[in-house]
Amino acid sequence: MTVFLLRRLIQAAGVVLAMSLLVFLGVYAIGDPVEILISPEADQIERERAVKALGLDLPLWQQYLVFLGRALQGDLGRSFVFNEPALQLILQRMPATLELAFGATFVALLIGLPLGLYAGLRPKSPLSKGILAGSILGFSLPTFWVGLMLIMVFAVQLGWLPSTGRGETVEVLGMRWSFLTRDGLAHMVMPALNLSLFKISLVIRLTRAGVRETMLMDYVKFARAKGLSPSRVTFVHVFKNILIPVVTVVGLEFGGTIAFSVVTESVFAWPGMGKLIIDSINVLDRPVMVAYLMIIVLLFITINLVVDITYSVLDPRVRLEGKS
Amino acid sequence: MTTPTLEARNLRTHFFTRAGVVKAVDDVSFTVERGKVLGLVGESGSGKTVTGFSILGLVDPPGRIVGGQILFRGTDLATLSEAEMRRLRGNRIAMIFQDPMMTLNPVLRIDTQMIETVLAHAKVSKAEARQRARDALGQVGIPSPEERLQAYPHQFSGGMRQRVAIAIALLHKPDLIVADEPTTALDVTIQGQILAEAQKLCAQYGTALIWITHDLSVVAGLADDIAVMYAGKVVESGPVGEVLDAPLHPYTNGLIGSVPSRNHRGAPLSQIPGMTPSLLNLPPGCAFRARCPRAEARCAEPPPFAEYLPGRHARCIHPHLDQAVPA
Repeated sequence: MTVFLLRRLIQAAGVVLAMSLLVFLGVYAIGDPVEILISPEADQIERERAVKALGLDLPLWQQYLVFLGRALQGDLGRSFVFNEPALQLILQRMPATLELAFGATFVALLIGLPLGLYAGLRPKSPLSKGILAGSILGFSLPTFWVGLMLIMVFAVQLGWLPSTGRGETVEVLGMRWSFLTRDGLAHMVMPALNLSLFKISLVIRLTRAGVRETMLMDYVKFARAKGLSPSRVTFVHVFKNILIPVVTVVGLEFGGTIAFSVVTESVFAWPGMGKLIIDSINVLDRPVMVAYLMIIVLLFITINLVVDITYSVLDPRVRLEGKS
Repeated sequence: MTTPTLEARNLRTHFFTRAGVVKAVDDVSFTVERGKVLGLVGESGSGKTVTGFSILGLVDPPGRIVGGQILFRGTDLATLSEAEMRRLRGNRIAMIFQDPMMTLNPVLRIDTQMIETVLAHAKVSKAEARQRARDALGQVGIPSPEERLQAYPHQFSGGMRQRVAIAIALLHKPDLIVADEPTTALDVTIQGQILAEAQKLCAQYGTALIWITHDLSVVAGLADDIAVMYAGKVVESGPVGEVLDAPLHPYTNGLIGSVPSRNHRGAPLSQIPGMTPSLLNLPPGCAFRARCPRAEARCAEPPPFAEYLPGRHARCIHPHLDQAVPA
């Protein structure tokens, strides 16, 4: 286990280094921030001073080395726009995105597992066919449209739920969270549901497929032959087996949810990282873009590690070894 | 006369598929007495396994029992509710499956899988259940059972897993064990150990055993009686020694002839020509007649399952009575 973790850490460092180079080059290729940031009326001297202040006068490789050197000290640069450390900007907004992503995953499991289980156990019932048809909608309806519809129905017409912002927040561990207050939770319901729509469908399909496959296994029949109750067979023998693929996919999907919560955050004006990155791309705020992408890389690496460890807990046949 | 542990009377289990009705078990009758072993023999697809599942009420849709009786100590199992059946399963009637690599749940520890079986049928504490599980493991010859309880199935070899499965079947000292080819997937030496174990336990507790197999040599050494199945029907039944020495049915005769033996070394191995017929839309009459050396026009009529010699039944109109020596 220790060897495994050590190996993973070294691999992660390599991935981060490679990614930093790619990100830096990519962002450099998008466009010149000088054109956007500096007013067209500025004269040549002002222009050059600004370029120098931003460190954009150096050749690319030097810019990269400077960035790398600072990054090792925990400094990912200052935002051109906000004139604040980029890392701090992102970390301030991270709790909002994290709680949204967690909320969405929670909702997806809460709704997807029971529905998938039902559809898998009774594949021929009309309700199962309805669930399956519904999951196709979940896959194919565009997120932004569903978000707008949710706002129209629940915020505008019925007036049950607030449509924008995070609502009241509470500070815990130096970060502000919405899910701990009633008002914040009410604000979270729609965005979380919106973000989870795709995941619900995914969980339904995975669970259903897993149940149908597992029910045919000899060990399920043997469990029944032992005289166990149907609920014990389903919730212990079948369920523990289908959790393995579900955890893997939902876990890996979690990184994607965080990285691409952009649409939902924009529709519901949720002040998270996704909204920040869209705004930063619009004004070519390079340090924020680079910092954001680096943080997403770290998140993915962490999530993959957590998934691997969870996997070994769920499936005793998997052993985490140093060898790959 | 005492009631036999299990008596199947004209059991029929059919599968209603889209392609038609598959008569997997079609008129199967046999009797197993207390402490006796019945060898249920036949080729793949002859309906042996479905017969076993029918006894435990574990036939999955689209299959169901459509006729006949399964009398377990006088009670017809086919008429019991699912809840009543569940009280018997794993308790009075246990089953051992063919592939030990597949019968234990890979993500649950052995103790979990054993204790749940104890608790499903006995009102005992968890500690007591664990104690029973450990004793059962010891009984089937698993070394250091206390430690092995903590292990997961993948940490056992095939033979050891089958012992665990047998230990689970034995937990409630059942009246009947249905063993579906439990040694087919194992090495010959392990097979011998398991057979000896089974024999010992039957004698010890008076457990009746239905040993489903396609291996005649296993039946010869283990069983008291034999029932030979072909295309969903029992074609011959009787005491194992008599049937193997002088089979009545041409199919049994062919089956015995197919076993390679040293006596005919060098000579080409004999075999039954043709293939097992598809159980879908089986024509009436004797299902074996297309492959039978003795077939004649009358075989197109369904042959009766008649007692040709005392205790010896055959489903054939012209049995090999010439070979048979009256007991």
